Amino acid sequence: MTAPLLAVTDLKVHFPIRRGLLFDRTVDHTRAVDGVSFEIHEGQTLGLVGESGSGKSTAAYAVLQLVRPTTGSVRFNDRELTELHGEQLRRVRREMQIVFQDPYASLNPRMTVGRIVAEPLQTHGIGTRRTRRAAVAQLLELVGFDPAYTNRYPHEFSGGQRQRIGIARALALRPKLIVCDEPVSALDVSIQAQILNLLKDLQRDLGLTYLFIAHDLAVVRGMSDTIAVMREGRIVERGLAERIYTRPESEYTRALLAAVPVPDPERMHERKVERRLLRPTLAQG
Amino acid sequence: MALLEVENLRTHFFTRAGVVRAVDGVDFTLEKGTTLGIVGESGCGKSVTALSIMRLLPTPPARIVSGSIRFDGRELTTLSERQLEDVRGRHVAMVFQDPMTALNPTLTIGTQIVEVLQRHLGLEQKTARQRAAELLEEVQIARARERLDDYPHRFSGGMRQRVVIAIAIACEPRLLIADEPTTALDVTVQAQILDLLDDLRREHEMAMILITHNMGVVAESADDVAVMYAGQIVEQAPARELFRNPEHPYTEALLAALPDLDDAQARDRRLAAIPGRPPDLIDPPSACRFAARCLYAGCNDSCAAAPPVLRELRPGHWVRTEHPASERETVPA
Repeated sequence: MTAPLLAVTDLKVHFPIRRGLLFDRTVDHTRAVDGVSFEIHEGQTLGLVGESGSGKSTAAYAVLQLVRPTTGSVRFNDRELTELHGEQLRRVRREMQIVFQDPYASLNPRMTVGRIVAEPLQTHGIGTRRTRRAAVAQLLELVGFDPAYTNRYPHEFSGGQRQRIGIARALALRPKLIVCDEPVSALDVSIQAQILNLLKDLQRDLGLTYLFIAHDLAVVRGMSDTIAVMREGRIVERGLAERIYTRPESEYTRALLAAVPVPDPERMHERKVERRLLRPTLAQG
Repeated sequence: MALLEVENLRTHFFTRAGVVRAVDGVDFTLEKGTTLGIVGESGCGKSVTALSIMRLLPTPPARIVSGSIRFDGRELTTLSERQLEDVRGRHVAMVFQDPMTALNPTLTIGTQIVEVLQRHLGLEQKTARQRAAELLEEVQIARARERLDDYPHRFSGGMRQRVVIAIAIACEPRLLIADEPTTALDVTVQAQILDLLDDLRREHEMAMILITHNMGVVAESADDVAVMYAGQIVEQAPARELFRNPEHPYTEALLAALPDLDDAQARDRRLAAIPGRPPDLIDPPSACRFAARCLYAGCNDSCAAAPPVLRELRPGHWVRTEHPASERETVPA
């Protein structure tokens, strides 16, 4: 078997807790990510699931080196990212991009769609003004966004259309890996389906690798080859998606699955019984 | 007599851009002690319907332009603000999506619960405080008596929603309106809150209107379900019936667009997305509002000619379309 595109080993991200007003000192650490390991092979998707505060987004940011890990290793495409700095890191970042949850907050309202999508190319000094314009049109077409609207501003578009703009921007540098951080949780069901289908098509056509973060377990199942379940900074269970959904080993995974409301009143009844049984596994929230 | 009867409700927003027909002819009745789930996507009018019942919309720009809302035989649309204050919180209570903004961050939760008990039931301070502690126990908050003196920020999201629910049930309302009560919460906490609402509803014989975008949440909690689209109810039926035999093309499409937790082939499948977007409610189509996205709307049929009426296909199963599933002869091309 070939080496994985991304291999994360014993990753830790600890944030200091500081006390005192004038002479503050570190009194303790929040162990946001506390010893996480996983790998993703090229062209595959790892679904990273967990509840709010479980550390799944922090883990992803540490992979991208947007947050520097406290310890641990992040090997991407045969390079150790935790050792890279400055220009070397910038270069690697072209190959790893991110799509954010909130398509309202993640697009600069003062920039046109065209400039937003062209910005990564410009930042990395790729192409001329003219070739960039052509690239933008191509990227927008790729994500199903009418290039005729290149000169409009984000506020003129719906959430689904904005998420397409965010995806086009993420694709601009032809990355290998895309971190999708809750990419559809702000969208309505009918629009969510459009965006999930788009992400799948792009993966197939461009050979993309996804680290897909979401709290909706039904969404994750359709996107993922493998799954890692996080709780309180650690991975409680990891494996093939099929196995996790049909034969979860961890009590916590079982409790999470049983808590999902399914659109079927008849199946709901037995699920309710199971989740009341599993309740002691969970803290009360 | 039904507990709540809403008839031909129209709530419009008079804005500079034009008149937004947010709720445009909604009818439903709610029997005592039952739960009606109202589902639909953003902008379909589900929250505006709830806020209209509570008369909580700012006027202007919003105005109830026609229709009637009868609660326990009493017409709410014509009540004065003073009269409304006696109804709200006392007979009809509401739980909102975001428990942080629903609570006052500068007051302890004890003060906030006591306030309601004093205002509506005229309890004395000491009795009210005792009752407040009991209410916190009832919503399963541990060490209830001590926690009365905590401020909202000391509680997690799920715990805050429990506090909001405690305030809502403080005066034993006959109707509880919950607008996306679990949307801001994690899935395990959501399950706990839904179970809690269900238990409380039974014990207090409350009726409930549960507003949500989540089909799973209504399937779990509602006796009856109303599906809204573009300001109107397009389908209404008992929950089991609606999920087993959806009739409206929109309901079918919504259910088909949902990823399935139990689908072993999900990774290899594309979801059935609904093309297009809902219509602009400033200038909605004069005939069927779903026609532009409907798989069954032919170009020469009645869909484009006149607005379909809400009709009862089977006892208790209402639908607003020319092409309900059980009357179709052909499959779409």
